[in-house]
Amino acid sequence: MANFYSDVPEIKFELENPLMERIVELKERNYRDKDEYAEAPQDFADAQENYKQVLDIVGDITANVIAPNAEAVDAEGPHCENGRVRYASKTYENMEAMVKAGMNGMTMPRKYNGLNLPITVYTAANEIVSTGDAGFENIWSLQDCIETLYEFGNEDQHARFIPRICAGETMSMDLTEPDAGSDLQSVMLKATFDEENNCWRLNGSKRFITNGDSDVHLVLARSEAGTRDGRGLSMFIYDKRDGGVDVRRIENKLGIHGSPTCELVYKNAKAELCGSTKLGLIKYVMALMNGARLGIAAQSVGLSQAAYNEAVAYANDRKQFGKAIVTFPAVFEMISNIKAKLDAGRALLYQTARYVDVYKALDDIARERKLTPEERAEQKKYAKLADAFTPLAKGMNSEYANQNGYDCIQVHGGSGFMLEYACQRIYRDARITSIYEGTTQLQVVAAIRYVTTGLYSQVISEFEQFEAAPEYQGYMDRIKAMAAKLNADIELVKAAENQELLDICARHLYEEAANTIMCHLLLQNATKAPELFGKSLNVYVNLAESEVEKHHNFIARMDVAQIESYRK
Amino acid sequence: MSLKIVVLAKQVPDTRNVGPDAMTPEGTVNRAALPAIFNPEDLNALEQALRLKDENPGSTVTIVTMGPGRAAEVIREAMFRGADGGYLLTDRAFAGADTLATSYALSTAIKHVCPDVDLIIGGRQAIDGDTAQVGPQVAEKLGLNQITYTEEILSCKDGKITVKRHIDGGVETVETALPVVLTVNGSAAPCRPRNAKLVMKYKRALAPMELVPGTTFAELPYADQYEKKPYLVLGQLTCADVNADLNQCGLAGSPTKVKNVENIVFKAKESKVLTGSDEDINGLIQELLANHTIG
Repeated sequence: MANFYSDVPEIKFELENPLMERIVELKERNYRDKDEYAEAPQDFADAQENYKQVLDIVGDITANVIAPNAEAVDAEGPHCENGRVRYASKTYENMEAMVKAGMNGMTMPRKYNGLNLPITVYTAANEIVSTGDAGFENIWSLQDCIETLYEFGNEDQHARFIPRICAGETMSMDLTEPDAGSDLQSVMLKATFDEENNCWRLNGSKRFITNGDSDVHLVLARSEAGTRDGRGLSMFIYDKRDGGVDVRRIENKLGIHGSPTCELVYKNAKAELCGSTKLGLIKYVMALMNGARLGIAAQSVGLSQAAYNEAVAYANDRKQFGKAIVTFPAVFEMISNIKAKLDAGRALLYQTARYVDVYKALDDIARERKLTPEERAEQKKYAKLADAFTPLAKGMNSEYANQNGYDCIQVHGGSGFMLEYACQRIYRDARITSIYEGTTQLQVVAAIRYVTTGLYSQVISEFEQFEAAPEYQGYMDRIKAMAAKLNADIELVKAAENQELLDICARHLYEEAANTIMCHLLLQNATKAPELFGKSLNVYVNLAESEVEKHHNFIARMDVAQIESYRK
Repeated sequence: MSLKIVVLAKQVPDTRNVGPDAMTPEGTVNRAALPAIFNPEDLNALEQALRLKDENPGSTVTIVTMGPGRAAEVIREAMFRGADGGYLLTDRAFAGADTLATSYALSTAIKHVCPDVDLIIGGRQAIDGDTAQVGPQVAEKLGLNQITYTEEILSCKDGKITVKRHIDGGVETVETALPVVLTVNGSAAPCRPRNAKLVMKYKRALAPMELVPGTTFAELPYADQYEKKPYLVLGQLTCADVNADLNQCGLAGSPTKVKNVENIVFKAKESKVLTGSDEDINGLIQELLANHTIG
């Protein structure tokens, strides 16, 4: 029987990364739950076995329930009835399977009925579900909004809301408004304090809210009357049981049809403050977005895996000129490129997830006790790496998912343009990944300071110390040459001391850095598991090297005087 | 009302995906070539039991299975989905049992482990034998009411149960008094997935028969867990444990005698070879239209 976890050994490989031991030790607080909870692990090996078992269940449900339902969910889509969302009928079947399997509140502590899984393991589940149906993954994975409520809410809120999410209630993050998309500082939804009832009241509207009829909403609203920027915004928790928020309409979208995208109307909706006022955007939404971006990176990798699966299956099945088309170089080159981008992007995804795990676990420990100076230094180091790697993982994987969806259709030829093959759904579903939770252009904005301050260059030079397998030494030399180009380009652009030039070159520098980093990660993976990654290492270094060369040429030719030719 | 429910489950070779090496040259099932699985309709039965447990807090679901050590896998799989525990009925004396000897062994075990049982639920039939006889024979041996071809339990309260049965050409709704034996059809609700927490909790559960011969639980990794958590040692019963009459067990208690097993390969009665030419394709389309296969 198909299983989207055990059929992809590359995922299991990522769980065996050496950093996992530290992550699990922190997350499990040295296994203190082992005598209190029957399901808690005894030690690291026991925890690893638990993770594999959990992912095996997710892989089973995805392959045998979610994926077979994907086409029907895509065709039916959700509906808006009397201000409420009714999901596609098979979406309920998917949700029921995941709830029965206990796959909600996966990262939450056991005392709230969570599974206390590391974010890396949750990320793997995310990727797997997305391979089956990226639209359903959206609804299901919004459970990770609970991380933000856990981080910034009070104990009373934890006790009231977290067990509900662990039991399968859904969440949404209500941020975007008609005039506040990328620019969230312009959010105008009004929050006023109702003295009489000792609660907050929300009035106004939101747009493009994924799963907007969820049970528990995190809402960004303006609590400080008269302000116009981000400092007047706070975060609120709206409980659907209290009423006051209706769905005005559901958007008709190009892809991810299973996921309802809602326009919401707040009419004096009762809400409670999460954390402190005025920190809504500058602190809480930033945390929320970083988690969401990692989620989209995982969704993108899942879509790339789906594109690869479909391309391989079709190319083996389809015969032309008396041979399966997979035997033609023009076709197998395309498929190898899909696989190389998939493997490189996945390596970047899990590297990022592990960084996030270490610093978040330490953050959480800091809420229980004072960190030691060593732990504080560790927390700071990994928080910075997570912050730097998240926009790379999100931006690159979402672009790759689009490219892979495109190539997957190309492998199918004319049949791929017809609606009966899954590749068209993958292509449509992938399109949003480079847009929502911050466009690729905004990922570049988030990443560029780590280009100019040299953080990526520093990480790359640390990666250069890795002892690659002797037969891979040639790759190491080529990757070092790519890094030299990146560093020269950074210096060239910085020397011009012109912000617009930097902004124009930013995407190019960003991709150079990302390509070089992914080459290193694949080299490390291939050294440990040549049978899994050897081919992709070869293909990806060829690909990345030519990409870096392209960007290097662009930057060498670009100067301030040319900006006028680009201006519209 | 809390219910005591026994689910009868069997580990079977997966005969649904039979390859060329599914049978040995001697005409017996080549177990090495076929993965051992939870008999599909027994999973439907388990789901019905778990639903009753969900609706009736305090109820227990106990698996009873007969087979070699590895058959304990079905007990674990059931526990991963919500069953409370189970018993592996295992003894050389049980080997070679036909449906009569099997139902004798199972009914004897049920009397032993759950004398005040309310419901015994099993799949309609196993995919290796396809007899559909064991469930009804268990009912007969225990003197209980039985409902076969169960598709849905409509209600179960005050000692009565109402069941929708799948019959030829339609459905039938019947009511009877507990205790009762139900056999469940494959068209009933599919079984729920394994649950993450239950898998973490029960993943090391083992029946003594599964240990390497001559070793003990104390020699296993995480040995202390078997002492601290008794539920990790699965129930195991021999012929003697359930006071079974040896003459009614296994080969001795089986009137069915296999005389001969034949390998049957389905062959088309007639075949045609068509080329990819327009003529041949047109001809085929005309033929299929004429016999109403298409159109």
